[in-house]
Amino acid sequence: MSVTGKRLQSTIFEKSSPGRGGGKIPHAPADALARIPAAARRQSPPALPEMNEPEVVRHYVNLSQLNYAVDTGFYPLGSCTMKWNPKLNEWAARLPGFANLHPLAPDAVAQGTLQLLWELEAALAEISGMRAVTLQPAAGAQGELTGILMIRAYHRERGDLDRTEVLVPDSSHGTNPATATMAGFTTVTVPSAADGGVDLDAFTAALGPRTAAVMITNPSTLGLFEARIGELLDLVHGAGALAYMDGANLNAILGRFKPGQAGFDVMHFNVHKTFSTPHGGGGPGAGPVGVGTSLLPYLPAPRVLREADDTFRLERPGERPSSIGRMRSFVGNTGVLVRAYAYIRAHGGSGLREVSDDAVLAANYLRVRLAGTFDEPYGDRACKHEFVASASSIKKATGVRTLDIAKRLIDYGYHPPTIYFPLIVDEGMLIEPTETETIETLDAFADALIAIAAEARSNPQLVLDAPHDAPVRRLDEATAARHPDLRWRPMAGADTPCPD
Amino acid sequence: MPYGPHTPADRARMLATIGVDSVDALFADIPESLRAGRLELPGPEPELSLAARLQALAGRNRVDLASFLGAGVYRHYTPAAVDQILLRGEWYTAYTPYQPEISQGTLQSIYEYESLMAELVAMDVVSASHYDGAAATAEAALMTCRATRRERVLVSRAVHRHYRETTTTYFLGGGLAVEEIPLIATGPDAGTTDLGALERMLADQDRPVAGVVAGQPNFLGLLEPMAEIGRLAHAAGALFVAVVEPVSLAVLAPPGAYGADIAAGEGQPLGIAPQYGGPYLGILASTDALVRQIPGRLVGMTTDLDGQRAFVMTMRAREQDIRREKAASNICTNQALLALAASVYLTTIGPHGLKDVAALGAARAAELETALAAAGAPRLHPGPYLNEFVVRVPDAPAVHRRLLDRGILAGLVLAEAEPDDPSLADGLLVCATEVTTEDEIARFATELADARTPGQVAS
Repeated sequence: MSVTGKRLQSTIFEKSSPGRGGGKIPHAPADALARIPAAARRQSPPALPEMNEPEVVRHYVNLSQLNYAVDTGFYPLGSCTMKWNPKLNEWAARLPGFANLHPLAPDAVAQGTLQLLWELEAALAEISGMRAVTLQPAAGAQGELTGILMIRAYHRERGDLDRTEVLVPDSSHGTNPATATMAGFTTVTVPSAADGGVDLDAFTAALGPRTAAVMITNPSTLGLFEARIGELLDLVHGAGALAYMDGANLNAILGRFKPGQAGFDVMHFNVHKTFSTPHGGGGPGAGPVGVGTSLLPYLPAPRVLREADDTFRLERPGERPSSIGRMRSFVGNTGVLVRAYAYIRAHGGSGLREVSDDAVLAANYLRVRLAGTFDEPYGDRACKHEFVASASSIKKATGVRTLDIAKRLIDYGYHPPTIYFPLIVDEGMLIEPTETETIETLDAFADALIAIAAEARSNPQLVLDAPHDAPVRRLDEATAARHPDLRWRPMAGADTPCPD
Repeated sequence: MPYGPHTPADRARMLATIGVDSVDALFADIPESLRAGRLELPGPEPELSLAARLQALAGRNRVDLASFLGAGVYRHYTPAAVDQILLRGEWYTAYTPYQPEISQGTLQSIYEYESLMAELVAMDVVSASHYDGAAATAEAALMTCRATRRERVLVSRAVHRHYRETTTTYFLGGGLAVEEIPLIATGPDAGTTDLGALERMLADQDRPVAGVVAGQPNFLGLLEPMAEIGRLAHAAGALFVAVVEPVSLAVLAPPGAYGADIAAGEGQPLGIAPQYGGPYLGILASTDALVRQIPGRLVGMTTDLDGQRAFVMTMRAREQDIRREKAASNICTNQALLALAASVYLTTIGPHGLKDVAALGAARAAELETALAAAGAPRLHPGPYLNEFVVRVPDAPAVHRRLLDRGILAGLVLAEAEPDDPSLADGLLVCATEVTTEDEIARFATELADARTPGQVAS
């Protein structure tokens, strides 16, 4: 099935046949539910599929083979850092001592995990130059919300209630302005300078007594280090505002630049980017947040504490009233954090610096190899871990857009780069090779893009109609949005007798 | 570097192509005054010794206890097939399916998840996943404010404390108010949401209510009069949010059957290990009427250019990468792999298996109730429950500690978890599931009888 014949799968609902399956769970006594009042009982059973194990496994294995993945190929998806997900980490997270530990288990029986979390907090604090770290946020966006709510608490405690604005550059991730809104702030979008960097004059004009925070991604979403970051941070603090660093691009600067040391007040980490935890088809992640001294009192609760006798414990409810509170249930995405811890330990301080060195080396190598074929919107300046190339000239000459080139890359066996982000680059593609790809892989990818650029001139229709070799062709997204079909409907309830 | 690919020759070739002498040159744009010194971290560790270190850390946790602890996270049997599927790299090392042509596996699995969960809650729309039950509940509460353009949400005190606290945090910025509906203190309905108080809170004309949030079963394990709560909410023009536990929906009335507008819940019981807090699965569902308010990714069925059936992320104009400051939420990364785990779990055990899980838990819990009562620890509340309940044990924190020394995790000490509710000061919240054995129940009862009177214990 997987290598021959039809690759698409019918749904589990179509594969279901009443009476199939069973054998997993013993039957409950007939009177098990007799004490539940009738009014609280379910009247008609949920129409879940009935399949035997072999059919279930084949379904999900066959579906998996319709996915592109880091385990199957090069994934140069800018801003997402699709680096290698080490196999040891999967093994570690599944160790019964980690996997089976209940989040409300008393501290005395959770010392191994508490120690790991405490050490991970300390490592992230060292990497970022921050004073302390919370591991609670479930993802980067939740980390952003955590940081901005702490900034809100800071200003309020000082009676500084007029600070209602958050400044973001126009190249920022969409989560930045969306976070500002969730935290009750108004977003002020500041245009980038012509060289792609922050425009200090524009920031100076926008900063003022209403500014609560400035959110900066450094290196920027164009893959460029903000060389004037020191001046910008001085301006921000001079205006009485705090500086938030979006840590999405931390993979470029490990051991090279510590945001806390440079003057940022708060930052989040995306452990599923920098610290190799798998992306999982969209999640889970974890979004630890580091803070400097000014925001220390407001960290979410509970924190992990080390006692004088070297045991570890969680803060108790209400122990630190200055906290902004809880961002989610329990301690955090601990299973993800175990993987991040293993990654940091495997590399050590020197290895982490090599990660960034090699990520930057690979990105610049690709940048140079593609120069001359694609436009370089920001000239031949060295990039960090990713860079933007543009198909603007190709589009003008041939009508082939970046989207088409991306789809044609699929035929060549690659996941396309991030396209049309950041929004400020015309026909942009954001390419991030990461540090774990061989030079042969990088060369083959560059050759593919160069070949596609040639096809755009010689046979544009070939590119416009791509992909030709994927399980499906381009999708009708307009109909999907106009007439949303968001769930399977036609099944009847599973009202047949149990098969075994 | 442990996973690095480059030989010295590769590196030299790359530097030559770029036209620089060293990698340091590529970092020249970092101002000298801002360059970091070396990272003060331990050195690199080879896989062999790192594996031993991780094993030793895991070994410092005690997971061999006879556990009666639930309180929002439940131990269940997960069929072996679930993790076999999850370990396939095509699932866990893929990214968000922004390129649908090479992501049909993930996209179809999310559509199937949405469909499975929609069946369980009997509602129209299910998001592709949220962080956890707490964040899903907070997002549900925010949805009611957006949909009604009102600013006050009432949450039953018997909704999980972490969910209430998370909702309060999520409401900090928007000038929105969360208020708690008290519980009935005594009588047959003790421990459930006080409908009289709810009615009075809803009657405040100056401060109209956007949404009412209640849990089924509630945090104390008790069954709530959900239909009645929903009726009161709707009569006041408010929306009704049901916080549900998904396994229970095999046997308990689903939110769609009692008029809930939104359902939120924790999907952990569906094949996901406790792993000290996550990653879990936030379930968020709504009626069709609220589809444009629901935050997070949605996957829909469509066709490709050839008319083949295919799946795609849709209604993207709600999301942060398109709408920026006008998005319904800032959520980006979700819990896709955990939604897959829940789907494989449900498909593997099937509808009859899920019903057996729920009913066996109820049966074991009834045995536990009887055994603990005989050991001198009767239930604190008289009302019906499914598989979790509170027992009264004088000096519960000390008894809990003594039982821990004897290898029994005697549920949750409510004096510590709910310190501001004196009615629960002697309470232990205990649960049973299909993995709870008769032997564990007998040991718990015997040791409890012993531990209640420590002065007389000889051991």
